[in-house]
Amino acid sequence: MTATNAGQTAQTARVSPTRPRPRTHTTHVRGRLAALILANVGVLAVAAIFVIPLLWVLLASVNRTAGLTVSLPDHWTLDNFRAVLTPETTYRPMLNGVILCGGAALLTIICATLAGYALSRFKTRYKRPFLLTILFSTGLPITAIMVPVYGLFVQLNLIDTISGTMLFMAATGLPFAIWLMKNFMDSVPVTLEEAAWTDGASRMKTLWYVILPLVWPGISVVAIFTFVGMWGNFFVPFVLLLSPDKLPASVSIYTFFSQYGQVAYGQLAAYSLLYSGPVVILFLFLSRKLGGAFAFGGAVKG
Amino acid sequence: MTTAPPAKLKRAVGQGAPLGPAAVLLLVFLFGPILWSVYAAFTNASLSGAGAAASHFVGLANFKKAFAADGFYNSVVLTLVFTLISAIIGQNALGLMLALWMRKSLRFVRALGGAVVIGAWVLPEVVAGYLWYAFLAKDGSLNHVLSGLGLGTQDWLFSLPIVAVSIANIWRGTAFSMLVYSAALSDIPLEIEEAAQVDGASGWRRLVSITLPMIRRSIMTNLMLITLQTLSVFGLIFTMTRGGPGTKSQTLPLYMYEQAFSFGNLGYGTAIAIMLLLVGAVFSLIYLRALDVDTR
Repeated sequence: MTATNAGQTAQTARVSPTRPRPRTHTTHVRGRLAALILANVGVLAVAAIFVIPLLWVLLASVNRTAGLTVSLPDHWTLDNFRAVLTPETTYRPMLNGVILCGGAALLTIICATLAGYALSRFKTRYKRPFLLTILFSTGLPITAIMVPVYGLFVQLNLIDTISGTMLFMAATGLPFAIWLMKNFMDSVPVTLEEAAWTDGASRMKTLWYVILPLVWPGISVVAIFTFVGMWGNFFVPFVLLLSPDKLPASVSIYTFFSQYGQVAYGQLAAYSLLYSGPVVILFLFLSRKLGGAFAFGGAVKG
Repeated sequence: MTTAPPAKLKRAVGQGAPLGPAAVLLLVFLFGPILWSVYAAFTNASLSGAGAAASHFVGLANFKKAFAADGFYNSVVLTLVFTLISAIIGQNALGLMLALWMRKSLRFVRALGGAVVIGAWVLPEVVAGYLWYAFLAKDGSLNHVLSGLGLGTQDWLFSLPIVAVSIANIWRGTAFSMLVYSAALSDIPLEIEEAAQVDGASGWRRLVSITLPMIRRSIMTNLMLITLQTLSVFGLIFTMTRGGPGTKSQTLPLYMYEQAFSFGNLGYGTAIAIMLLLVGAVFSLIYLRALDVDTR
């Protein structure tokens, strides 16, 4: 997408001077040039402002005497990483996060694939109300239902269990995942399945052997988005999990660095990097493979 | 249903079956809590004391308490300010501006700008909270820059907490609007703008009369979505200020959290939750209308 845009821009830049409008010609070109300069400078300026907070985390993590200001380290060191790379600070919360978010994302994907298939292919009476409910729920503020969810979890004896939290997280990821999955499956022509049906394959067989191989890229996009969203989620595990040994990285980063009066900022920065690492890598993989971010923009723009 | 022939019934069940697992999860864990909250908001349920052992029906007491509480009004106003500054003005306008500029900018400028802005979006909210805490703190980068320029410094998280968290939320959320608007703008043929340009329309004029009307549906959708997202922001504010100093950055979700979990008033917290949900539901319905989705 970016490539085609660049191509179009280059093309129009070439074409415009030859337009037969001699009187406005110079002002036209000058205005266009000013707009181009403004656009480039504008993007660079925003990027420069946006990057300052990011620079802090990068530089402080390798600084032995890190403070709160962005500054080049006076003593380069990896000690900050060494200090936080311990089972109770990093390894266990990260593993908890992988189990919690990985399990929830997997559950979301399985349920969303099945539901997306049904919504894309079948003409049943459930379809319209179901789809409208799904779309409606994508907008509900999950934060708001955390108090009632806590109450429900206490009554169901699910509080402080990884499995219960996993099920809840899977449910919160479902509406958006189902909506995306339905759209991906809509793009697969139904004639492919009809061929399989005439050969006697069942619905589930065609889903598995015909549809899934075709929508695999779409599924991986939904999976990664779901996982990234859950990995970053603070409030849900913060409310539903209580024991320190069950907390995922999103909560342990908070509890670890808020329980001491004097925060070791270098270690905080190092831990932030370790915790953000997986989502950044997954996201890079996604955007490289599919132009993911832009495809995502297209999916939600309506 | 009972009069339907067995074959037809079987088919209906077979076609509904793939919806089963998703429907069960949604019913139990999403709509279950919402229904439970409709009940609990009218009780005196609490984490400890009499309400913990056996809660009982208290009618509209929780809602009356909310509308009489200064803390509630304070958080409603702060939520409105936070949403207005950070979502409706900040993320929306900056996202649109970036999307417009990126159409005209050089390839590497676009790649660089996109990477930084999207990077801010991808980072977990707790990390974003810490980054902005470091940037705005008393001995943070902003004050360092300001004193370097000979300007006065202050503890931004103490003097202007709601503005501080709003700016952090702009930083974190702008990428979303930028992506939505980039996708929308890529659907507008460049010829249309060129034609207007040849006819002598200025840049501003073209934006207001051609570009914005053509993407107005995306603008509507985007405004709905970012408003809903901003209403739910918790971790970012909680890590930056914990709603403080005092209650000066305590938006509704933080007020709800404090009432329900720090003070143990589960019933009262649920009443706040219901009100927040209702606001979300209204926005969500408008969003559904705006989408005008074809579900047939």
